[in-house]
Amino acid sequence: MMKKDLAFLISGVGGQGTVLASDILSDVGILSGYDVKKSDILGLAVRGGAVVSHVRWAGKVHTPVLEEGSADYLIGFEWLETLRRISYVHPCGMVLVNDCRMDPISVSSGEAEYPDREKILRLLEKTAKNVVVIPGLQTALDLKEARVLNIVMMGALSGLLETDPKIWEEVMQRRVPKRFLDLNREAYRRGRALV
Amino acid sequence: MKVLLSGNEAIARGAYEAGIQIVAGYPGTPSSEILENMTQYKQVYSEWSVNEKVAMDMAAGAAYSGRRAMVTTKQVGMNVLSDSLFYSVYTGLEAGLVVVTADDPGMFSSQNEQDNRHYAKLGKFPLLEPADSQEAKDFVVKGIEISEKFDTPVLIRTTMRTSHSKSVVTLGERPKEKGKVGPFPRNMEKYNCMCLYAKKRHPIVEQRLLDLAAYAETFPWNRIEWGNRELGIISSGVVFEYAREVFPDASFLKLGMTFPLPKNLIRLFAQGVRKILVIEELDPFLEEQIKALGVQAIGKEYFPPCDELLPQTIRKIAREKGLLPNSEAEPKGAEVPVALPSRSPVLCPGCPHRTSFYLLNKMKLPVAGDIGCYNLGTLPPFSAQHTMGAMGASIGVLHGMGKSRLPEHPVCTIGDSTFFHAGIPPLLNMVHNKGIGTVIIMDNRTTAMTGHQDHPGIDKTLMGETTKRVDIHRLVKAIGVEKVLRVNAFAVGAMEEGLKECIAFQGTSVLIAEGDCVFISKTTGPSYEVDLDLCTACGLCAKLSCPAIVKVDAAHKKTRKKKSGINPVLCNGCDVCAQVCPPKAIRKGTESRGHRS
Repeated sequence: MMKKDLAFLISGVGGQGTVLASDILSDVGILSGYDVKKSDILGLAVRGGAVVSHVRWAGKVHTPVLEEGSADYLIGFEWLETLRRISYVHPCGMVLVNDCRMDPISVSSGEAEYPDREKILRLLEKTAKNVVVIPGLQTALDLKEARVLNIVMMGALSGLLETDPKIWEEVMQRRVPKRFLDLNREAYRRGRALV
Repeated sequence: MKVLLSGNEAIARGAYEAGIQIVAGYPGTPSSEILENMTQYKQVYSEWSVNEKVAMDMAAGAAYSGRRAMVTTKQVGMNVLSDSLFYSVYTGLEAGLVVVTADDPGMFSSQNEQDNRHYAKLGKFPLLEPADSQEAKDFVVKGIEISEKFDTPVLIRTTMRTSHSKSVVTLGERPKEKGKVGPFPRNMEKYNCMCLYAKKRHPIVEQRLLDLAAYAETFPWNRIEWGNRELGIISSGVVFEYAREVFPDASFLKLGMTFPLPKNLIRLFAQGVRKILVIEELDPFLEEQIKALGVQAIGKEYFPPCDELLPQTIRKIAREKGLLPNSEAEPKGAEVPVALPSRSPVLCPGCPHRTSFYLLNKMKLPVAGDIGCYNLGTLPPFSAQHTMGAMGASIGVLHGMGKSRLPEHPVCTIGDSTFFHAGIPPLLNMVHNKGIGTVIIMDNRTTAMTGHQDHPGIDKTLMGETTKRVDIHRLVKAIGVEKVLRVNAFAVGAMEEGLKECIAFQGTSVLIAEGDCVFISKTTGPSYEVDLDLCTACGLCAKLSCPAIVKVDAAHKKTRKKKSGINPVLCNGCDVCAQVCPPKAIRKGTESRGHRS
């Protein structure tokens, strides 16, 4: 019996580790018995620019990119970048947003204004039924390593999916360098405890 | 075994499974990961060549010698290598040769949106277009087979989506290794394109195309999937996958080999359906050839020639044209309700290029730019690269500016890897022809933009071997440039003085701005911080366009302008902002950067 098809969009700022997060999410899909396709933007776009990864789990996936209005989960690593991709969320979809603001140059140079946190939250809630704010960056900083943010976010997502935690463990062993494995395990555990 | 691979990883795997022994290329998004992934296959010799043309010649030499070879390039690199690819079509080869071009519809990181499928028609060689990672791998194996069967190089064309999307691939084995080759063929009538011989080769090339067209009829990845006969769709590449999802009931002619085309198969398909749509990204490459067969079809009349042709665009157009029922539940996304601040890519915190662009902006000089991370100097607040077009073009453009007797002294910016790629001949030209202008070679000791690949200025090869490092300073001296300065790119004062000295020189001058890319130096150390009591909110630090510099809530008492702060997680401690701060409010801090190592 095939499980429900799922579409994920991961949005963030270049350097936040969204590509590794989407690789891990894809592997988990395969080990959970799905056909999987994913698509990343690499190259010029990653230099501190807005980045996005598409991940689809289904019985048979044709296109690796999501259509607007089709994401079951929007996982935003930063407030502004979460709002930027809101058009992708299905009306019954869910938004996970990392409680983190990173000012783009257009803001720090005074050319544009960053919408305040409460306003972004309100706008997200207007579109998606469920919006969960994840203290992802703080959780990572508690572990003294900002770079495990991606694993904290995946841990949080895992708490919402019907996936076997053993599969996540297996995938992390495959994708994370050995010397960082314990740290990432802890990041995953703490992330999962957040939802 | 089944694994999840990107299109580029799959091509590397395909090279391994095709028994390819030599691979060469020059980095360029979206193609770079092919060669990066080759290094896991130790049986294959792979290298970053100095540019695409050299890679192509190198691969031709290998294939003449009897070794299967592959070349990788991004779409504009085809313009550089085509000169050499075209002669290899006339000569043919002793062993299989595959060229992979990764095109960039949507221009995520390219200066144009050229559709490289046209090269197959122009150069008269077969073209394969994979739709997913499985095909990307299989087509390399098949490409080598076709290359050897028909004695021709084969072009495999991916797009950013095929190259950078991941899907499940079934792995195969590598055939038995070919040990000894040679002696080298002394077959000049075949391998020397002197006009006398080449004239005899041209009819062979034409006959080969006819043979390939017959083969295309039997190519297993050119296939019909019959569905509803009201609508027949002809498509190739990842766009076929999009169309399959948007039109689940239609009939499909899926083309894996798109030059030369299987004419009989196309006619057969046309006879079986009422209406034909050709859905392809960018140019009407298939559509024009299909219409030339006398087949009625609709293509670019409906689908735009610009930008990526995404599934949602295909669906929207299909609805508008009545090709899909309007009653179908439509995935509808919410509009983004407010105008959002843009987030363009920026130079990293700690980037050595920052000083140059800060100064070029300050000195208001006209600047010819080039291709690399430093093209980010184009964007505000720097606004300091006024032209950019092709690899190495900056120095030639500078020379043209210099000879035009402008009222101001022209400058150009070029990175180390780009200088090696195509900057040496135009600098030679400037010296010989008495050019006037200043070349800033921004030497960050890597090919940064595409993911930090080696080049002749680095002492390591792609295979990980230690090698001789070409010294840019000595090279420029040897070319004959009289005024050459080397300056620490992070020393703002010295950089300014150096630039002024070069500009005052009436001739060709070169300033080498030396500073390692942060990904090479891996600079750590404490973040800098702002003393808010000293900060006057002048905003000069914001002109450095550093992602670590932010506005804070504290404002200047009189002007009410917000003061500056530094994000300790992002700051790499390069010191440049401290050097430009007039009241010396920025200094090295003590706080942890939020990184363990």
